[in-house]
Amino acid sequence: MSVHTDERRHLFEEATPPLKPKEALDEANRCLYCYDAPCIKACPTSIDIPSFIKKIATGNLFGSARTIMEANPVGASCARVCPTEELCEGACVLNHASKPIMIGLLQRHATDWAIRNQAALFQPGEKNGKTVAIVGAGPAGISAARELARLGYDVTVYEAKEKAGGLNTYGIVSFRLPQEVSLWEVEQVASLGVRFLTNTRVGVDVQPEELLQNYDAVLLAVGMGNVPQLGIEGEELEGVLDAITLVEETKNGPLREDFIGKKVAVIGAGNTAIDAATCSKRLGADQVQILYRRTEKEMTAYPFEYEFAKQDGVEFRWLVAPKRIIGTDGRVTGIELTRMKLGEADEKGRRRPEPISGSEYVVEVDFVVKAIGQERLLPLIESFGIGHSKGVISIDPTTYRTTHPRIYAAGDVIFGGGGVDAMVVDAANHGKRAAHAIHAALVEKTARESD
Amino acid sequence: MADLRINLAGIESPNPFWLASAPPTNSGYQVQRAFDAGWGGAVWKTLGEPIINVTSRFAALHYGGQRVLGFNNIELITDRPLDVNLKEMAETKKLFPKHTLIASLMVEHKREAWHEIVKQVEAIGVDGLELNFGCPHGMAERGMGSAVGQHPDLIRQQVEWVKEVAQTPVIVKLTPNITDIRFTARAASQGGADAISMINTINSLIGVDLDRWLPIPHVDGKGAHGGYCGPAVKPIALNMVAECARDPLVGIPISGIGGISTWRDAVEFLLMGATGVQVCTAAMHHGFRIVEDMIDGLNQYLEQKGIASVMDIVGKAVHTYSDWGNLNLNYKVVARIHEETCINCNKCHIACEDTSHQCIDIIKDQATGKERLVVREEDCVGCNLCSIVCPVEGTIEMVEIPTGEPPLTWNQRQAALASGGATE
Ligand SMILES: Cc1cc2nc3c(=O)[nH]c(=O)nc-3n(C[C@H](O)[C@H](O)[C@H](O)COP(=O)(O)OP(=O)(O)OC[C@H]3O[C@@H](n4cnc5c(N)ncnc54)[C@H](O)[C@@H]3O)c2cc1C
Ligand SMILES: Cc1cc2nc3c(=O)[nH]c(=O)nc-3n(C[C@H](O)[C@H](O)[C@H](O)COP(=O)(O)O)c2cc1C
Ligand code: SF4
Ligand code: SF4
Ligand code: SF4
Repeated sequence: MSVHTDERRHLFEEATPPLKPKEALDEANRCLYCYDAPCIKACPTSIDIPSFIKKIATGNLFGSARTIMEANPVGASCARVCPTEELCEGACVLNHASKPIMIGLLQRHATDWAIRNQAALFQPGEKNGKTVAIVGAGPAGISAARELARLGYDVTVYEAKEKAGGLNTYGIVSFRLPQEVSLWEVEQVASLGVRFLTNTRVGVDVQPEELLQNYDAVLLAVGMGNVPQLGIEGEELEGVLDAITLVEETKNGPLREDFIGKKVAVIGAGNTAIDAATCSKRLGADQVQILYRRTEKEMTAYPFEYEFAKQDGVEFRWLVAPKRIIGTDGRVTGIELTRMKLGEADEKGRRRPEPISGSEYVVEVDFVVKAIGQERLLPLIESFGIGHSKGVISIDPTTYRTTHPRIYAAGDVIFGGGGVDAMVVDAANHGKRAAHAIHAALVEKTARESD
Repeated sequence: MADLRINLAGIESPNPFWLASAPPTNSGYQVQRAFDAGWGGAVWKTLGEPIINVTSRFAALHYGGQRVLGFNNIELITDRPLDVNLKEMAETKKLFPKHTLIASLMVEHKREAWHEIVKQVEAIGVDGLELNFGCPHGMAERGMGSAVGQHPDLIRQQVEWVKEVAQTPVIVKLTPNITDIRFTARAASQGGADAISMINTINSLIGVDLDRWLPIPHVDGKGAHGGYCGPAVKPIALNMVAECARDPLVGIPISGIGGISTWRDAVEFLLMGATGVQVCTAAMHHGFRIVEDMIDGLNQYLEQKGIASVMDIVGKAVHTYSDWGNLNLNYKVVARIHEETCINCNKCHIACEDTSHQCIDIIKDQATGKERLVVREEDCVGCNLCSIVCPVEGTIEMVEIPTGEPPLTWNQRQAALASGGATE
């Protein structure tokens, strides 16, 4: 595929079309409006799905959008990026009788209405005089901020980047999640009086002690970092890129020219790898291959993502691991791979890949994109002096409280991994629940003090 | 939040959504659950001499994949002893003092019987009474329900008896099984009723079992006509409400009932003169929780229109409902097809070609080979049929064509002819 530069922008626009009005109405009327519906239970944020769908059917789109966003402050983003066949749609009772309801697309239909009509869905609560600092404006941070603002807190969100929204704004490719959607969600929260201090990195521009001094509670929602080093020869060559940075560039600023007509190898097989690969294709790369040391069965990318990548013409090479990156004059020219086989299962039940000796071979590539997960933000976590295990912050699972009594954590910072990818909807749920836990603690505390 | 409180003939309610007297209001447990879910009021399942019910009782009309378009039943009034009902009603009112609790009553055609039951229910603190002159099966065979509701004289007399002792407002629930509901509505009004409610159920037979040659539902091999309700009866109910609302001889507030399933249906009834609505089938189909969207949707509707109180829309469309003879003969609309959204199903063409005025042509574009549907506006009589059959909402729009003629109704035309004036 050789794409003309001018046409490429269009390839970065949202790929899945919205439901047409008749389609949405037909689908909404097909929902059975189940009682104690399994789709609700399968949603980590427990959106009242039958209720929001019923509201589409009765023409109450404002109410529908509010029902969604009430339960999930990033419900418009989730409508696009949730692995719905594993969550709500996978649980829909109609799987057994007919076809599941297109819950994700209906959710998008309702939230799109709210975006188009600039509906203000929520009001701030009456001020209670308490203050909370949130570090990180991703799905976890903004969900917590929204809930706390509605409960009357004075909330300040510290965000290192120029814009809020976290990976929804910068990390998930625009043809799946346009930036405007994420920024609308941020706007909804900002309109409740939440202060967003962007371009402000905690640990650099503001110190942890200052936060603890100035706020009643602190919520860490910093997510994870960039892609870690592969730890192989040639990693410093020009043409070796980090998947998250690559995607981020396409969501901000002009599209890079140097991929046009080139060969790209993507290492890893999670959602980040898929996004990097489909991005590379759309940037004009001629050939894009995903290299993974296990098989299709073990990869953590969602089925819909995998399907999407195949349709984009991305090739998959299973059971191969990079041994070294080869270059001339400081630039990547190829990559040496070792063939692997699956051995015994590890403690998480995933079969461990083992190299087959003497199986090395070289493929010619112009770019190597690393997509083997995300690093933990160890220095920052340690600067708060809280307990963690390999960079995953330790919390009490019901209160989201860290080992420090006034520091809480939510989102990818508490995500333990384990053969699955992190999800926006989990981060949103953590944020929401952490907010309520903070409220419970601060209200309890006040109640005790006034005794 | 808009003010959703209503006042129906002195009966106050936190919102206009009440449960109609029927299985959903059979017991204290149910009515309390309903109030918890958000219903503003409930008309208790009709009280009277305990009866015996049969099984089975209900049947429904499913159509084109949609379940419960219509619903029918051969259930009678309450089958629980009066003292049990009264005890639970008193408990419910105590737990929910701000919610509206109405007692539905049906007794024999005897003055003392009416006096006695009215005193009994008022003693436990109900907010109003509803006289059930509508049940079309079973009770009618015993001279009650619609057997009363079909005779203006009997209605007037029984309402008078009730009013002799009633301390709370009296609503008379009318049967639709009658030629012109205004006559019974007027009788209720003359008898002193404070309000009327309509409609009760319509005589119906849902279907016949093709293999067993039995009516549906049947009771041990025999069936009897039931009472029809649900979405299918809404247009009938809405017309009856509107007819009574615009009749000066009726002149009392109306509680609208019949096929109301959503906030939209409710708004239509309110605009056509109902001060509040009652719901049965929709709750039986989906549970009490449907009231959440009814309240939310109504509130959104009012807020978007900048209307402060739901009472402000009551009756607002009544003056637009009139007699055929008052419609403007010189008003002309024609169908216009929006090609952008047309999906070329040709249903408009065949409907007009076979059953209306043969004025939608299918024209093949020579260059592209694509077919277009084009209305010959000069032949279109503006009947709406094509826009009704079109599956894509909004694709066929009925647009007004100025005729240049001043408005002229049939009545005006006849009057002019009679006085010798020229018209056409
Ligand atoms: C490429 C890619 C594709 C993905 N696709 C999907 C998908 O399809 N579906 C899905 O459900 N999930 C997907 N995910 C996962 C999802 O994006 C995350 O689980 C989710 O964003 C986590 O939310 P969070 O708020 O915890 O962290 P983040 O979204 O990472 O937000 C953290 C924020 O904290 C800020 N921050 C970090 N350090 C500091 C500091 N020191 N001071 C101030 N601010 C700081 C960051 O700039 C960032 O804005 C994907 C992830 C990636 C990388
Ligand atoms: C099973 C059933 C039992 C009913 N019983 C009574 C009753 O006891 N008293 C009464 O006034 N109306 C009774 N009705 C009529 C309802 O109150 C209501 O007038 C009618 O169902 C129309 O409203 P809907 O279309 O919302 O169902 C009954 C209706 C049904 C379906
Ligand atoms: S399970 Fe399916 S049919 Fe039932 S409420 Fe959920 S989406 Fe609707
Ligand atoms: S709805 Fe309940 S009472 Fe009625 S037939 Fe079914 S199980 Fe029996
Ligand atoms: S019925 Fe509607 S969609 Fe079908 S051909 Fe006519 S205009 Fe087009």
